[in-house]
Amino acid sequence: MRKYVPKDNVQKKSYYTDRFWVAPRVPQSDVEEGSHFASVVDALGDRVLCAYISLGQLIVTIKHQDNYSTLETLKDECGYKVCTELSAVDYLAQDGEFEIFYQMLNLDDALRVRVVCRIPDGEAIETTVPLFKSANFAEREMYDMFGIKINNHPFHKRIIMPDDWEGHPLLKTYPLQGDEFASWYEVDKIFGKEYRDVIGPENRDASRIDRYDTKRFSRVGYEVDFDADISKGESKTPIEYSQTVLVDYTTGTEQLDERR
Amino acid sequence: MQVTNKLSPFFENLNFERDDNTMVINFGPQHPSAHGQLRLVLELDGEEVVKALPDIGYLHRGIEKMAENMTYNEFLPTTDRLDYIASTANNYAYALSVERLIGLEVPRRAQVIRTMLLELNRIISHLFFIATHALDVGAMSVFLYAFREREFAMDLMEDYCGARLTHSAVRIGGVPLDLPDGWIENMITYTQKLPENVKMYEDLLTENRIWKMRLEDVGTISAENAMSWGCSGVMLRGSGIKYDIRKEEPYELYSELNFDIPVSNSCDSLGRYKLYMEEMRQSARIIEQLVLMYPKTEPKLMAHSPQYISASKEEMMTQNYALMQHFVLVTQGMRPPKGDVYVPTESPKGELGFYIKSEGEPYAYRLKCRAPSFYHTGLLQELLVGTYIADVVTIIGTTNIVFGEVDR
Repeated sequence: MRKYVPKDNVQKKSYYTDRFWVAPRVPQSDVEEGSHFASVVDALGDRVLCAYISLGQLIVTIKHQDNYSTLETLKDECGYKVCTELSAVDYLAQDGEFEIFYQMLNLDDALRVRVVCRIPDGEAIETTVPLFKSANFAEREMYDMFGIKINNHPFHKRIIMPDDWEGHPLLKTYPLQGDEFASWYEVDKIFGKEYRDVIGPENRDASRIDRYDTKRFSRVGYEVDFDADISKGESKTPIEYSQTVLVDYTTGTEQLDERR
Repeated sequence: MQVTNKLSPFFENLNFERDDNTMVINFGPQHPSAHGQLRLVLELDGEEVVKALPDIGYLHRGIEKMAENMTYNEFLPTTDRLDYIASTANNYAYALSVERLIGLEVPRRAQVIRTMLLELNRIISHLFFIATHALDVGAMSVFLYAFREREFAMDLMEDYCGARLTHSAVRIGGVPLDLPDGWIENMITYTQKLPENVKMYEDLLTENRIWKMRLEDVGTISAENAMSWGCSGVMLRGSGIKYDIRKEEPYELYSELNFDIPVSNSCDSLGRYKLYMEEMRQSARIIEQLVLMYPKTEPKLMAHSPQYISASKEEMMTQNYALMQHFVLVTQGMRPPKGDVYVPTESPKGELGFYIKSEGEPYAYRLKCRAPSFYHTGLLQELLVGTYIADVVTIIGTTNIVFGEVDR
């Protein structure tokens, strides 16, 4: 029977995992009373679903509808004036959701907060561009890579992939080597879809090397006739280097140059 | 075989013919001063830029996708290709985030070597910046001088790790090699010479009438804008905000070292150029302090953590269990604990951080590279508006963007 391959996550998996293996967790601690982070959690109020400290940074979980108001509070009341990073993690296979994180920086106290929210597949998230202009590019990248739509984004277009690209490359369902559309993209675009048959998969990739194609390739030391069949193996051709003949015109002798 | 009508140019439905008197031009992606593969669609009114649209993605290689399909150690050499002007900074930022994730302590000698390499790399990157920036603006000789010094610095890199551009000189858990014989002496010679060279560039440029005309009050970023656009590194300090991750959130040995953070309140390209010059001096100063620290360290180079890090070659050849561990780590890869981490570092370009989400597998569940140049490219759409077409080149130069890390 053919081995079952999961379709919802086609990324590389470990080929062997001990059956008693339990992955440890990165240490997490509660927010201490009276610390700066406690005041941040207080300022956010009911919106906080869960808050803890991991590796020196506060991690706040919120509902995805609250993302704008949360970041606004962080910016205006808590001094987190820079949104350094924002992106998503694909949990579609497990939960049918994306996890979106906003990495916030407080320049005065050199502290960082990560705001995390989960959003179901197919729902759009509110833009944060009015608060942080850096979100302009970052949200476009998130849309490009995961297909998460952004509400009210001023320029909702793909950023890294071409505008006419199909699929979102960082989804777990998207294979590393690209899908059918990706492999024919250049042929479709330059010649048209009907030329897929004319060109064929063997000529599609300009850097493809076929070991048995003697029309276009030959192995050094195993040169054979044009279009010869080498599937049964080829004979070795001795390598000959060009040689210099030293001519002495006074005596008329010729000899090979063997100097190194 | 070509169907000629299929080859008509495709400009993503941008309308190039306008009724008003503005003109739309394509700047790049093959423009020599576009620093790689930046395409700018500029709308011009006469010579003034009315609208700018940076278009990126011409160097996209899917490095974040590759990270999900590679074990942690496998991925490290790939990080070289992010900001290829300063590879060690990328290697280090990645290695540090994995180390934080698994909670690893790096031996002191490895820390000294890493910090030295990071600062040497900063010098290499800044020399590259001043060379290309001066060349873009029209100062050819500075380019030649700066590349000469950069060559010596790259020789030092080559002596250490064998590579000049894609170093991979940092490993998760330490460094692979100790410093070769005579390296320290060469390094001291270099750092002693560098301030003289920097002074020479400054003599050539700082008071130069043309240089000042081209840079002064060009590319002005207010502090408010710099924060809003997520600027970091020199772009942030050039706008009067004194924030350097090496000082504020120290990693490696930076908390023990004496160095100054130069800040400029002028907010323009000239101010940022001066910061780059001063940072090179500070890097030389840091290296000189590290050279004194080096002899006082134990010769251990890799952290001891058999679950995650292979043992030394010597142990592997003498102890069976170390060899078994190594075999498992090579064939299966290390499995960091479940959780996520974001670690910022100060790369020569700005804040370079790696967000790693681990599910306890040998492959990262998600890796996001926070590249400073990506955000600085985004800033261009606001910064270029209202400037003249000749200043566009200066402004691209002053942002010091590298497309390896913009497109990833």
